[in-house]
Amino acid sequence: MLNEHAKLLAVFKQTGEIVGRKKLQKLIYIAKKMNFPFFEKYQFHFYGPYSEELNLRMEEMCHLSFVEEVREKKAGYYQYRYTLSEQGDEFLNLSNYELPEEKGILNELNEQSAKFLELVSTILYFDDLPKEEVADKVYTLKAKQNYTETDLEEAYQFIDRLKASSQGQVS
Amino acid sequence: MAKRFGVLEEEKVFKDPVHRYIHVRDELIWELIGTKEFQRLRRIRQLGTTYLTFHGAEHTRFNHSLGVYEIMRRMVETIEQDMAWDSEERLVCLAAALLHDIGHGPFSHSFEKVFHTDHEEWTKGIILGDTEVHNVLKVMGEEFPKKVADVIAKTYHNKLVVSLISSQIDADRMDYLQRDAFYTGVSYGHFDMERLLRVMRPTEDQAVFKHSGMHAVEDYIMSRYQMYWQVYFHPVTRSAEVILSRILHRAKDLYEQGYEFKDKPKHFYSLFSGKITLGDYLKLDESVILYYFQEWQEEEDPILQDLCRRFMDRKLFKYVECDPSEQMKIWPELIQLFNKIGLDHNYYLVIDSSSDLPYDFYRPGEEEERVPINLLKPNGDLRELSRESDVVEAISGKKRTDHKLYFPKDLLDNQQTFAEEKQRILKLLMAQEG
Repeated sequence: MLNEHAKLLAVFKQTGEIVGRKKLQKLIYIAKKMNFPFFEKYQFHFYGPYSEELNLRMEEMCHLSFVEEVREKKAGYYQYRYTLSEQGDEFLNLSNYELPEEKGILNELNEQSAKFLELVSTILYFDDLPKEEVADKVYTLKAKQNYTETDLEEAYQFIDRLKASSQGQVS
Repeated sequence: MAKRFGVLEEEKVFKDPVHRYIHVRDELIWELIGTKEFQRLRRIRQLGTTYLTFHGAEHTRFNHSLGVYEIMRRMVETIEQDMAWDSEERLVCLAAALLHDIGHGPFSHSFEKVFHTDHEEWTKGIILGDTEVHNVLKVMGEEFPKKVADVIAKTYHNKLVVSLISSQIDADRMDYLQRDAFYTGVSYGHFDMERLLRVMRPTEDQAVFKHSGMHAVEDYIMSRYQMYWQVYFHPVTRSAEVILSRILHRAKDLYEQGYEFKDKPKHFYSLFSGKITLGDYLKLDESVILYYFQEWQEEEDPILQDLCRRFMDRKLFKYVECDPSEQMKIWPELIQLFNKIGLDHNYYLVIDSSSDLPYDFYRPGEEEERVPINLLKPNGDLRELSRESDVVEAISGKKRTDHKLYFPKDLLDNQQTFAEEKQRILKLLMAQEG
């Protein structure tokens, strides 16, 4: 029953709290690219890969009180914090769903800033292109974020580390 | 340099029930329409299984694609002078509008859920791969196909162009809302498109709308809202989708178990094994899929046979509204009862959530990823739509999620065997509705 919902609940169980919708979107996308079994459909949007399906699923889980959502006012925008609720935990236990790894990649992703995850997910979105073309895409489509060459290099190193970890842990 | 396409000697027109006429003046567009990949869209219904609910909904992706092209043609006519575009940018827009759905397959939504394929990847594959579409696009220059693919993928450098085909108010939605309303016969879905096009103003990143045209935009948003609930989220259509996806799951499971089909489903083999090529994909259309469903009604496997009969004869599952937080308490008992009466719950007890559906609502922003609809005030300021419109504000924050539990009520009503268990199942299910 609601297996895809259960997977997301398992993410909250593992990471504790995820701050920001953008971070959540990118975290799931990157995990998916690392062969985690998420099937939410992504398209390229304003901040990079984005899934309307994931967004709606989160809304469902908030309505069902499986996930607690706290809205905080920030300078010029609202930010959302997400945690697993008691009811969500109960549902997760009943569904018997377990993520392919206990700790590691998801926590590591959650420790990064949303801006950095936006860059990493954008690079992964264009992973069929040569590096120079990826850089062109980043500088053109993300002009307002002012990513530097060093940022890109750091993102590539991060991706390499993720790939190395995921090969051992995700089946 | 090879000759590029120019303008047709005589304008061609397609008679269309939504836009009256669709005008084609460019050789490029005419040639694209004639490709076999585009003609294939005639055999793929725009609304998938909706024809089982609204019998008029037999229109295809072909009609819709021409409609999106026509709206884009009108938009570009208005915008290109303001933006000083070159002629290539105009053709990129038109080709992208025409081809935006070229990668859709038969009953795309269910296929994508079951086989984890993505029609947008196929769109890219068709535009950039070894196809007639690619060969036609290439006549305009080596980079031209890539530009068209980038617009459709929303990764093109010109964000205004992307927004015309894919944003919260775009040519795609403007066509499908009107077309789906026309063919389903519902009275929602209508709005004043002429007015919208007249009040549209281009900016660097997106098209915005003159504040004086706010009511036309409101009308469009209301149409969208009503169409979602009345047509796209219709519970009977969702029942048909549930059965369709179970058929595909069952056929795949049987294939993996080494089951001997009476009529070998060779068109499905590459899908089942997850190694589908572009050539395999392009051979799939609704005639092919319905042929197999017809044949599988005679299969030995009782589940596949039953599900196909249900789909072909429209003997769909019934549903109850369900609250998964309550449902989880009775779920183990339901599973046990289904097992006892010999019904595989994986195929006969299915929760369908609104997030399983491919449609989205208008949302104003707030850390969202989608660019909101902006109104242009007389002083040049931009204001997000829901901050100006009480009507839009009223529906923007509304609950838009629901869950339904589908099951074969006819089998449970037949109580010649396992009467007690079936009565208990029905009692548990009906209690869900309160």
